[in-house]
Amino acid sequence: MRRLREWLPPQLARAATMVVVAALAAIVMVILRHGLSSFSWEMMVTPPASGFFLGGGGGILNAIVGSLLMAGGATVLAVLLGLPVALLLQRGLLAPRTAALCRLAFDILQGVPSIVYGAFGFTVLLVLGMRASLLAGTLTLALLELPLAVRAFDEALRGVPAALLDTARATGATRVQALLSVACRQALPGMAAGVILAFGRGIGDAAAVLFTAGFSVAVPLSPGAPAASLPVAVFFLINSHIPRVQERAYAAALVLLLIVLGLSVLTRLAARWLGRYRIP
Amino acid sequence: MLAAMRGRTERAVLAAAGTLTAIILLVAVALSGLLVTRSLPLLQTQPLAALLLSTEWSPSEGQFGFYPFVAGTLAVTMLALVFAVPLGLLSAVHLAEFAAARTRRLLLPLIDVLAGIPSVVFGVFGIVVLVPLVRDVIAPRFGAVTSGYCLLTGGLVLALMVLPVIIALGVEVLRSVPQELRLASRALGVPAWTTVRRVVLRAAAPQLGAVLVLAFARAAGETMAVLMVVGNVAVLPDSLFSSVYPLPALIANNYGEMMSIPTYDSALLFAALLLLVIVGTAVTVARWSLARLRAGLA
Repeated sequence: MRRLREWLPPQLARAATMVVVAALAAIVMVILRHGLSSFSWEMMVTPPASGFFLGGGGGILNAIVGSLLMAGGATVLAVLLGLPVALLLQRGLLAPRTAALCRLAFDILQGVPSIVYGAFGFTVLLVLGMRASLLAGTLTLALLELPLAVRAFDEALRGVPAALLDTARATGATRVQALLSVACRQALPGMAAGVILAFGRGIGDAAAVLFTAGFSVAVPLSPGAPAASLPVAVFFLINSHIPRVQERAYAAALVLLLIVLGLSVLTRLAARWLGRYRIP
Repeated sequence: MLAAMRGRTERAVLAAAGTLTAIILLVAVALSGLLVTRSLPLLQTQPLAALLLSTEWSPSEGQFGFYPFVAGTLAVTMLALVFAVPLGLLSAVHLAEFAAARTRRLLLPLIDVLAGIPSVVFGVFGIVVLVPLVRDVIAPRFGAVTSGYCLLTGGLVLALMVLPVIIALGVEVLRSVPQELRLASRALGVPAWTTVRRVVLRAAAPQLGAVLVLAFARAAGETMAVLMVVGNVAVLPDSLFSSVYPLPALIANNYGEMMSIPTYDSALLFAALLLLVIVGTAVTVARWSLARLRAGLA
């Protein structure tokens, strides 16, 4: 009896892991199967024609371009603003309690639901009397991605051995010089992972851009124009009652999934390539 | 380079970074404050208690009872946790304590991939697989009739989304338990699983609790996937197979009509504020506990 009580739970635990992996595989396979049947390269490079949402011709170029522009711009902003903040949190620059409080603040911000960020953005738009646009969507996404970027950079930098930084200081470097020349270089794989993670968060999020970027069937050409995005396009398309249009939703979801999977692969590759600076 | 110049540049750079951080944090506070001020018009029409406890939701008549939405959020979130917590914790225990290093190295990144899948993709999966599953297989087993767009489906989708959070954080927490505890237990003759149960899990229990609170927060804030499968009907959930209407779904669905009805925009922003308060409190408590517990262990 005791043998059973010892043997059984680890087997259940292993089964649990297998269930989780199976669920992941199921999701990927379902999206692949449904999306591939309606996927076409033409769809990727054509904007929607009139009547797209009623079964007419065209593709999802508007959403692809919109998503890439907004997530790309947001990630650039988030990284530019997030890196100095993460550097500031490192050992020796702020009082330990202040640094801990800041980390907590950014952790909390990271946990705020994306729809609240969307509401934030929308409120600002209301106050300023502006309309939903590419720029507004980009800024809201940047706000969403920023805490993630800060924490990711922070964790990457904290992983650098203290001895390395002390050695740099001992050779005469100032704190900032040591951080920038030594710590950043050592932490590059982790920071690259952070950048890619932030981009992935931005491109996959619908709730934050739903109100702030609006939607449009035109490819967004100016910052003030409303912009479609892939997640929002998936959402609109799948709510249609026309099967042909629903299938386009599957194709768009497939594109989104492939982008996210591609980003994961990119993270591994970047970590390996950038890790060539690592000392230990 | 003169030593004095180096010092000045150094101080300037640090001051700039400090100012930037302060500005960012102030912006966050200001935006929350903005939500409050834009919700005020609604709060001025009715007392807070009436808003939170009333079940009447009829914006065109000025009725804004938030109780069904709060109840819907809590229902779908707790259901998701019921599914995800046992599965996730068991999986975390396996990956942290029993799995070979190679397995761990292979599977943990895969679980991170699951975490990165966008919400709408989960929603599509829910519509394609889970809705028919609930409608045609599960509900008839229980003698219920449903369109499939109900609380149960929402709970299932949400559980899938919350699993990676529980597993990833759970593994991290379990691996932070000092190895000495395990070694001492084994040295005393305690077998592997009992060690895990009575030593490791007991040591990690407070942190695991915080992980669960974080999972709750993640689930409560999730918008798109849930919105796509849950039915979006503003009633109190009375069975697994009835439709519900969580707070995020309310906000996402109605923002377009916000401006056409008086105080509707205020109501929706109040809903966002409610969500911020619920999720924000949970995240704050959990993260603060985790930080303190980690400091205590180290």
